[in-house]
Amino acid sequence: MDFINLIVQLLDATVRVSVPLLLACLAGLYSERSGIFDIGLEGKMLAGAFAGAATAAVYGSAWLGALAAMAIAVFLALVHGFASITHRGNQIVSGVAINFIAAGSTVILGQAWFRQGGRTPSLSADARFNPITLPGAEALRDVPVIGQIYSDIISGHSLLVYLAFLMVPFTWWVLFRTRFGLRLRAVGENPAAVDTAGISVTWLRYRAVICTGVLTGLAGTYMAVSQNAGFVKDMTAGKGFIALAALIFAKWRPVPAMFACLLFGFLDAFAIRFQGIAVPLIGKVPVQLMQALPYILTVVLLAGFIGRAIPPKAGGAAYVKER
Amino acid sequence: MASVAIGLRGINKSFGAVRANRDINLEIPQGTIHGIIGENGAGKSTLMSILYGFYQADSGEIFVDGHKASIDSPNDAIAAGIGMVHQHFMLVENFTVLENVVLGAEGSPLLNAGLARARSELQRLEEEYGLEVDPDAVVENLAVGLQQRVEILKALFRGADTLILDEPTGVLTPAEADHLFRILRKLQEEGKTIVLITHKLREIMAVTDNVSVMRQGEMVATRKTAETTVEELAELMVGRRVLLRVKKGEAKPAEFRLSVKGLTVKDSRGVPMVKDVSFDVRGGEIVGIAGVAGNGQSELIEAIAGTRSAETGEVLLAGKPVDVTGSADPAELRQRGLAHVPEDRHNVGLVLPFEENENSILGYHAQAKYLNGPFLNIEAIRDDARQKIEKYDIRPADCRLKTANFSGGNQQKIVLAREMEQDPDVLIVGQPTRGVDVGAIEFIHKRLIDMRDQGKAVLLVSVELDEIRSLSDRILVMFDGRIVGERGPDATEGELGLLMAGIEAKEAAE
Repeated sequence: MDFINLIVQLLDATVRVSVPLLLACLAGLYSERSGIFDIGLEGKMLAGAFAGAATAAVYGSAWLGALAAMAIAVFLALVHGFASITHRGNQIVSGVAINFIAAGSTVILGQAWFRQGGRTPSLSADARFNPITLPGAEALRDVPVIGQIYSDIISGHSLLVYLAFLMVPFTWWVLFRTRFGLRLRAVGENPAAVDTAGISVTWLRYRAVICTGVLTGLAGTYMAVSQNAGFVKDMTAGKGFIALAALIFAKWRPVPAMFACLLFGFLDAFAIRFQGIAVPLIGKVPVQLMQALPYILTVVLLAGFIGRAIPPKAGGAAYVKER
Repeated sequence: MASVAIGLRGINKSFGAVRANRDINLEIPQGTIHGIIGENGAGKSTLMSILYGFYQADSGEIFVDGHKASIDSPNDAIAAGIGMVHQHFMLVENFTVLENVVLGAEGSPLLNAGLARARSELQRLEEEYGLEVDPDAVVENLAVGLQQRVEILKALFRGADTLILDEPTGVLTPAEADHLFRILRKLQEEGKTIVLITHKLREIMAVTDNVSVMRQGEMVATRKTAETTVEELAELMVGRRVLLRVKKGEAKPAEFRLSVKGLTVKDSRGVPMVKDVSFDVRGGEIVGIAGVAGNGQSELIEAIAGTRSAETGEVLLAGKPVDVTGSADPAELRQRGLAHVPEDRHNVGLVLPFEENENSILGYHAQAKYLNGPFLNIEAIRDDARQKIEKYDIRPADCRLKTANFSGGNQQKIVLAREMEQDPDVLIVGQPTRGVDVGAIEFIHKRLIDMRDQGKAVLLVSVELDEIRSLSDRILVMFDGRIVGERGPDATEGELGLLMAGIEAKEAAE
């Protein structure tokens, strides 16, 4: 029974830590499918987390926090768009710049406004997205296995968790069942084909980066206003980059992206749960090694276990009408 | 006289200092196939891109069916019933045929209705025009001819009455091109107007009703195809009389310069492409290798030039062996007097983002005259490049220009100038005039004859039978990796054609 409890706890934690990865990964999917590489997911999440926590702290509303987070992330996404779509700048450089701006400005503004060493004030329960208990969860709690799965793993998360997982089928639907999705996929493969079909490449790509902004904003909101009770310096801790790795691992498809994020989330949860615990035969594994596990796996997976991941053909290149 | 489908009046367009179109007037009667011919860079594609709304004219008017139309984007052109098949296909390669056809004309925000409508419309077009394509096939898996058909379907699906085709046969095999012409005839019978842009005279004569000639941005003449000749059109295109067949004197073959014995070469998949090939080339003669593309000619010249290892066999250069099965490398061969104009100038012959002068010494850059101690002598290189530009009439005459900005013919001249000016003893030339226009072809052919007359050994590989026949002193025909016959320059096209198809002359006679 202990073993089952352990598994349930581990999976529950997996869901929690996967959510920011998943939102960021889907965010990246919109942008990269349109041909705009976005290494600045990390920065947009971080800025979103800060804006969300700061707004929620000041106005006492998680919803206002979410709006502010999305607004600032969309703004940064548009900056990236302005540099790389309108001015045809280098997309990697622009993304890196956004990461630096976010990392620096969140701490400076946090210190200037709240004087807590770059943190935002701790949020009260009212100003956060709190866990929701799904109907019947309490009643089913004592049913072995199924009851536990329902009440502990599926129930008891905040609204944003459910939203994140609903975004997976929604994104699939958008990509493969709507006009916008068809054009989005086309512009990432061959923008000239889109242009000659009488569709604006620029406007299409801007819409894609706006989607990216909204989702990274939500990812940041989740971290600072739901998972934690406030913003802490560098709280994204490389999740934006892990999300990019998951995106490549999933070959830019929404459903595999979810599984990739759950896998990375599981490793993270595993590392947290088992740090400092003695493993038979090996003895106590250093905490650092456990924490490094997800990153080691990233390297191993990307180094060849996934087969050929073919990125959108026009990815990373600005569209210039040829003479 | 039919009504006018497309009218252009006073069209002007400049790109920076270059006037791509000057005061163009043109009327295209409804229901005809109208050819627009001109050399590369004459402004044909620019004019059609203006008609399709891809560029905006600086001045001038466009009339569609007699009404003035303002075409500011491809959307306007599509709405006016104009469709375009681009030279480089505008297809999303990992989409299905159906998805490519509906892209931009989906009809509603949700896809399903549009896809269903497109499917039934494709069915109808297929029956009406004989344009068969599997709507669920992924485009990248289709042959080039079929991809082109998808482009035509895209235009028809959008309700095009006038169809512009930009250099449609450049990527097609002769059989595919014939099929395309049959489709165009069919479309014409159904009342569509076709505009065919090309620089190939033969196509104009084969399929068009009328032809307009462009030269250096101007529309110089419009003729009824039936009332003109290839010679007249060539002269109008180039602006002077063109010799479609070069004159040359008797060959004076001298000593053996290049000998190939029992050469066998495999391609990168490990399939033998050249099988036990032997021949000699003497100084003062041009030996042409004819054959349908893909019968081992490419692998043969790569092996001789040292860019691909041979399995077995030997090659003698001026009587001395070349280690073709092992360590022969192009740099060593160059030093020993062998120059190579590769078949694929874009990927092998040139570095397109480099400046012209850099490409003009590539491979010879370690020679003392281009060096200044350990550094490149930039001034010497540029002077050298300027001389070549003048001698080979490379245009524009700017050795600092990026090579990618030269036309195909001028790029080819850059490669030829580089290789010929090293004064090699043996010159291997692959497809010297592929994608090159009439005027430049004449020039390149003359230079090759000059090389021969200077006593050089020239090995010419071309899929253009006319070229082989007009230049070669001896013709070797390659089929399935073997030399299946040798003929003199007076061999008929039919005789060579049979050899190229692998039919023995004796069998053919029976």
